[in-house]
Amino acid sequence: MTLIIESDFGTPASSREDLVNVVIDGIEIEIPTDTSIMRASAIAGISIPKLCATDSLKAFGSCRLCVVEIEGRNGTPSSCTTPVAEGMRISTNSARIDRIRQGVMELYMSDHPEICAAGDECEMHGMAKQVGLQQVRYAGRTHLDQPKDESNPYFTFDSTECILCNRCVRACDEVQGTFALTIENRGFEARVSSSGTSFIESECVSCGACVQACPTGALTEKTLYTIGTPTRSVITTCAYCGVGCSFKAEMRGDELVRMVPLKDGGANEGHSCVKGRFAWGYATHEDRITEPMIREKISDPWRRVSWEEAIEYAASGLKDLQAKYGVDSIGGITSSRCTNEEVYVVQKMIRAAMGNNNVDTCARVCHSPTGYGLSQTFGTSAGTQDFESVEHSDVILLIGANPTDAHPVFASRMKKVLRKGAQLIVVDPRTIALVRTPHVKAAHHLQLLPGTNVAIINALAHVIAEEGLIDRDFVQARCDKESFARWEEFIRLPENSPEALEHATRVPAQSVREAARLFASARNAAIYYGLGVTEHSQGSTMVMGIANLAMATGNIGRPGVGVNPLRGQNNVQGSCDMGSFPHELPGYRHISNPKTRAIFEKIWGREIKAEPGLRIPNMFDAAISGEFKGLYIQGEDIAHSDPNTSHVHAALRAMDMVIVQDLFLNETSKFAHVFLPGTSFLEKDGTFTNAERRINRVRPVMASKTGKAEWEVTCDLAKALGYDMDYENGAQIMDEIAATTPTFSGVSFAKLDELGSIQWPCNEENPAGTPVMHVEHFVRGEGRFMETPFVPTDERASRKFPLLLTTGRILSQYNVGAQTRRTANVIWHSEDILDIHESDAELRGIADGTWVKLSSRVGETVMRARISAEVPAGVVYTTFHFPESGANVITTDYSDWATNCPEYKVTAVEIAPSLKGPSEIGQHQVHSDVALSSIVRMANQIAANVPAQAAPEHAVAHHIEQFWTPSMRLRLINEADRSQLSPIVLRAMELDLDHSPN
Amino acid sequence: MTPIKVYVPKDSAARSIGSDQVARAIEEESIKRGLSIAIVRNGSRGALWLEPLVEVESGDGRTAYGPVQVSDVVSLFDAGFHLGQSHPLSLGKTDDIGWLARQDRVTFARVGIVDPLSIPDYQEQGGLVGLRRALAMTSEEIVTEVTESGLRGRGGAGFPAGIKWRTVMTTAGDHKYVCCNADEGDSGTFADRMLMEGDPFTLLEGMTIAGIAVGAIEGVIYIRSEYPDAIETMTAAIEIAREYGWLGSSVLGSGQNFDVRIRVGGGSYVCGEETAMLESIEGKRGVVRSKPPLPAIEGLFGKPTVINNVLTLASVPAILADGASAYQSRGVGRSLGTQVFQLAGNISRGGIVELAFGVTLDSLINDFGGGTLSGRPARAVQVGGPLGAYFPISAFNVSMDYESLLAAGGMLGHGGIVLFDDSVNMAAQAKFAMDFCAVESCGKCTPCRLGSVRGSETIEKIINGEDRVGNKRLLLELCEVMADGSLCAMGGLTPLPVRSALLHFEEDFDSRRGVRK
Repeated sequence: MTLIIESDFGTPASSREDLVNVVIDGIEIEIPTDTSIMRASAIAGISIPKLCATDSLKAFGSCRLCVVEIEGRNGTPSSCTTPVAEGMRISTNSARIDRIRQGVMELYMSDHPEICAAGDECEMHGMAKQVGLQQVRYAGRTHLDQPKDESNPYFTFDSTECILCNRCVRACDEVQGTFALTIENRGFEARVSSSGTSFIESECVSCGACVQACPTGALTEKTLYTIGTPTRSVITTCAYCGVGCSFKAEMRGDELVRMVPLKDGGANEGHSCVKGRFAWGYATHEDRITEPMIREKISDPWRRVSWEEAIEYAASGLKDLQAKYGVDSIGGITSSRCTNEEVYVVQKMIRAAMGNNNVDTCARVCHSPTGYGLSQTFGTSAGTQDFESVEHSDVILLIGANPTDAHPVFASRMKKVLRKGAQLIVVDPRTIALVRTPHVKAAHHLQLLPGTNVAIINALAHVIAEEGLIDRDFVQARCDKESFARWEEFIRLPENSPEALEHATRVPAQSVREAARLFASARNAAIYYGLGVTEHSQGSTMVMGIANLAMATGNIGRPGVGVNPLRGQNNVQGSCDMGSFPHELPGYRHISNPKTRAIFEKIWGREIKAEPGLRIPNMFDAAISGEFKGLYIQGEDIAHSDPNTSHVHAALRAMDMVIVQDLFLNETSKFAHVFLPGTSFLEKDGTFTNAERRINRVRPVMASKTGKAEWEVTCDLAKALGYDMDYENGAQIMDEIAATTPTFSGVSFAKLDELGSIQWPCNEENPAGTPVMHVEHFVRGEGRFMETPFVPTDERASRKFPLLLTTGRILSQYNVGAQTRRTANVIWHSEDILDIHESDAELRGIADGTWVKLSSRVGETVMRARISAEVPAGVVYTTFHFPESGANVITTDYSDWATNCPEYKVTAVEIAPSLKGPSEIGQHQVHSDVALSSIVRMANQIAANVPAQAAPEHAVAHHIEQFWTPSMRLRLINEADRSQLSPIVLRAMELDLDHSPN
Repeated sequence: MTPIKVYVPKDSAARSIGSDQVARAIEEESIKRGLSIAIVRNGSRGALWLEPLVEVESGDGRTAYGPVQVSDVVSLFDAGFHLGQSHPLSLGKTDDIGWLARQDRVTFARVGIVDPLSIPDYQEQGGLVGLRRALAMTSEEIVTEVTESGLRGRGGAGFPAGIKWRTVMTTAGDHKYVCCNADEGDSGTFADRMLMEGDPFTLLEGMTIAGIAVGAIEGVIYIRSEYPDAIETMTAAIEIAREYGWLGSSVLGSGQNFDVRIRVGGGSYVCGEETAMLESIEGKRGVVRSKPPLPAIEGLFGKPTVINNVLTLASVPAILADGASAYQSRGVGRSLGTQVFQLAGNISRGGIVELAFGVTLDSLINDFGGGTLSGRPARAVQVGGPLGAYFPISAFNVSMDYESLLAAGGMLGHGGIVLFDDSVNMAAQAKFAMDFCAVESCGKCTPCRLGSVRGSETIEKIINGEDRVGNKRLLLELCEVMADGSLCAMGGLTPLPVRSALLHFEEDFDSRRGVRK
């Protein structure tokens, strides 16, 4: 294998389609209008010397190496800045051009080190040779005494090698959109500057765009010096967020030197963020556990054992539990951090080897409402667009998402279109960066109170309906008339007006009206949202409200529009696609459908249960009740990430066989009996599916540190459980997925290697995949409007807990921090901080930077406070990256009525100054029949939220049948205190609730 | 009794040598003597060697006295200057001063004559006639008129104004701009400043006509920060024009929208380059842009933009008022109309000389300028600012028009003419050109940013006698790289003074004689 060098055409492609004919050095070519002479030449196979030009940036014309001569024109224009024109005849070489190029290089080399530390990474010496420079006759002032800036942990800025081509500054402006770099002074004194301070103290977000753009050794990864020049590269996919950036992993032997964003990457087109570009050191961190370990009790020390012994120990433990407590007493959780193939194999093991549907995934706690809401309205559980679509948007409605921190590479794309003039409406309790960032200013920031999303979306839709802004042609042509009529009647109710909801949302009605008009009047309006939408008691309702708004304004089915969930994890889309939910088989097909089950039963050779299994929170409740005893956890730290930590701890403690498969010991492994070492993304062979349904290849760049692939371990466990399951490689698993799942029927590793990536659905109809969905018709046929009543959460501020806590992520850290905490990223963010408004702080005598005790109805913790204008009075905010602070000790059991996605975004809290820092998380008294009280709470919540005006009991009964296990249904009927149940639930129970389908 | 009008220029050149004090002294003396005198602070007539030039309105025209010092005021009153009586400083009727009478004032027709901020004065002297005529014409007709007049860009490039306007007119755009380049940074030039201080309405009228012609609704005047008086006068003029109903939503009641604002420069020479100026107006670093795109198509904030120099725009009202043919009947070849020459340097009679193209350099320097101020023999003249070529005496018969100067190895530039006597060291002047470029280069392109420093160092080596043959060759090669390779005229024209100095005055490079450090 060799190093992959991507070709650089010097300037971006023209957006024009009309062609012109030109002759370059005697070669005739036909090329789109507005193409630069440089690009046209490159396409014609003629390489023109260049230093300041690169095809990710607009032409700049500063180095003057690329000059050419054009017949009939005076002078020697730069080929990067001069577009082709019909009939143009161009010479890229002549004695005069040679003299200019040599003269320019002689000037450059007169102020450049004779030997560059970065070696061939610096193009200067090679370029001098290329243009035929013989000697440098000048001797005079230079910049060779300039100090290096080593402040960034990942790259060095060495001004002595800098040639002022501005590529770093332009990349920071044009590609990343942070505007952290500039040129200071002018003329000979001009120098690249991180705005007058060191890189680390500047606005720089360490995305690496400048390093990527630099043609010399001025901006260089430090690993290039410590490890050496890479010798080979492997194209693979980042394992952090749902953007799913493609990278070249550049290797020297078996050592990773650097991750270089791939220009051909469909999701990122050559861009990256600090995590994917630099924070990969965790993969080889000394904390990695590479041998299996077991123990009898969680108080025992771990014992390293062979793979065989570990698998046997785990399997016999699980079998014993099933023998003693029943088939349904065990289950597993798949990980959105793992590949599609690894996830598919885990759900298969649970369904085929364990013989139940007790499989759930960490998507439960993030985007399960997206799955529910978009299935109900559009018929499929995924975002409608590709990322490129945003470049065609005129108005962007951004709800409950903070892309510059959580999806930075997509944020850069969004900022690009905003700088071009697209309008932005932000719906968020916090003043996120996009509200005001260089050259971007939101037209409206609807700064709502946490928990009132549905009120806002209803108010926006109300204005659109009342003011005649509905796109009736679209609705007529594409949507279900009956559901639309019901919805329109509902949405026009006065209770949904912005004025009526102003008190609840705290958003001035006038702003809502203006934002609604802006959205509805746009040629192309797109909605992007994140966990600020889903992680609520009404998460599913909100997703449906978003879908309603998009349909009502005709913003579905073409580039520039759509409903776009920004997925949190690298493979959260994929793990959902792969049948990780207890009620669904791969491809979002309900478990009760006998035809679907038959497809799998035929290939798997086992009968599949027809009833849904337990969701993660149900598993916890059942464990505490003593019904659920064994759990296999693939790459997820539930003891840290799931809400109400002490409740989770109690559940884990109540189980007899907890198996953790992970890279590192973590909070959950403290409760585990078996630890199965996992593999990092650098060792995996499989696929990830990103937020735009793009299936990207993950290729192994180094051998597995555990000696096994992760899916291999799962297969070993399945075999030990008595089910024969084996694959030769990841490709074979994908072939099984394709054979069983219609949306994946055209996918194979071979095709992915050929096309680079594929957006599902990929089948006979769409052999190359589907960038934009619902173009002609919705997946479900007609788009269905759903009524979205605003039912406030039961988690409300009170006298005792007067503030609302909302949580989120920060750029440099990722989720529970297992990876990023093990990288130099901690220099940006080394602890979770509580953001609090000045007035709330003053009221409580809290000073900036001091310890505060944060308490909610379920727990308390201690963290440092930061007085911040990003949160309004009454709202506090923190991240959940560090186990020490354990933000989830505070969060409650409240969850989305339809999917049980936890309500991370709204917790009533109080804060008080604290003398000391964080301590151990205390053990919590758990009420013994927590499972039954959850069942009662969930049933009442469904009844309150289910979108049905007439006969809601049917909808409630249907919902419970679709998503609850038979034992939960039975407990509701037989054990629940009827006085605690809402009348709708009682009526639903009279319907055939105990009926188990098939 | 009508007060007697006494004109004392408020032009900053006149103020720099005491015109404010003279005005105050005249006022105080008149009060003391109980005389009714109204002092008008006019612009300068451009005869800078006569400043402060005091004029008295004496019924049959103005009578001039100058240069007047404060100490002369009592004797002027004693002599009855306010009645036009004779005095040792008498210059006779202003209109009869030969230096002025021999000029052909078109662009500068009103400068020094009117009260700069009086619209009645302005109209009395023919102001607003051009604009009123333009308002009755179609865009196409206005642009055609300007094209036919032969007016070319007076900032230095000499591009036909009408063609530029036509490009902007025919480019679609929701918002278009007219930008006036008043970043007059060339050494030895001051015409823009004098016009803005002495007749600001002419510039506004020219801009308004341009706006009406191309469909622009916003004008921006980019004035260098070193011109505080011009900024003050232009600012006041804009306010007055708005109140008058000239600038704003309905220009002179026509229903057409045009307004003007001022943007003050940040002290960088290169911001006089049109694209760097656009960057600066947009609030960015003053760095040159690549062309294409042409500013006429993608200019200020990416919108179609007319960019013209002060003198170009200030010539437009006369063209519209008197017709294209009156203007284009002046001049020679393709250089039509008049040029506002500025005489400076070591010259006895410096100032503004506006004449039709085609006058010789010799006539300007000797007939108008009166030779060197020092009285020593003239040796060289630099035409067109710090990036213009040096001419030896032998070339003084060159015709002053775009084409002839180009043929003679020089350029007209903004019309600045700087005279040197025989004490000048031309190697030092060549080095100065490189040093100037090094200081003022925006730093974007390599030939200019590094070439200027290397050029200065190489000339230093030549002067010091280090490998003169090799370094002269290197210098000429560098000049070619800078001329052919630079992004804009800054680096591209710096070789002009260097090469011309080396060509005409090589002896200065071959010895250290008289080098001023």
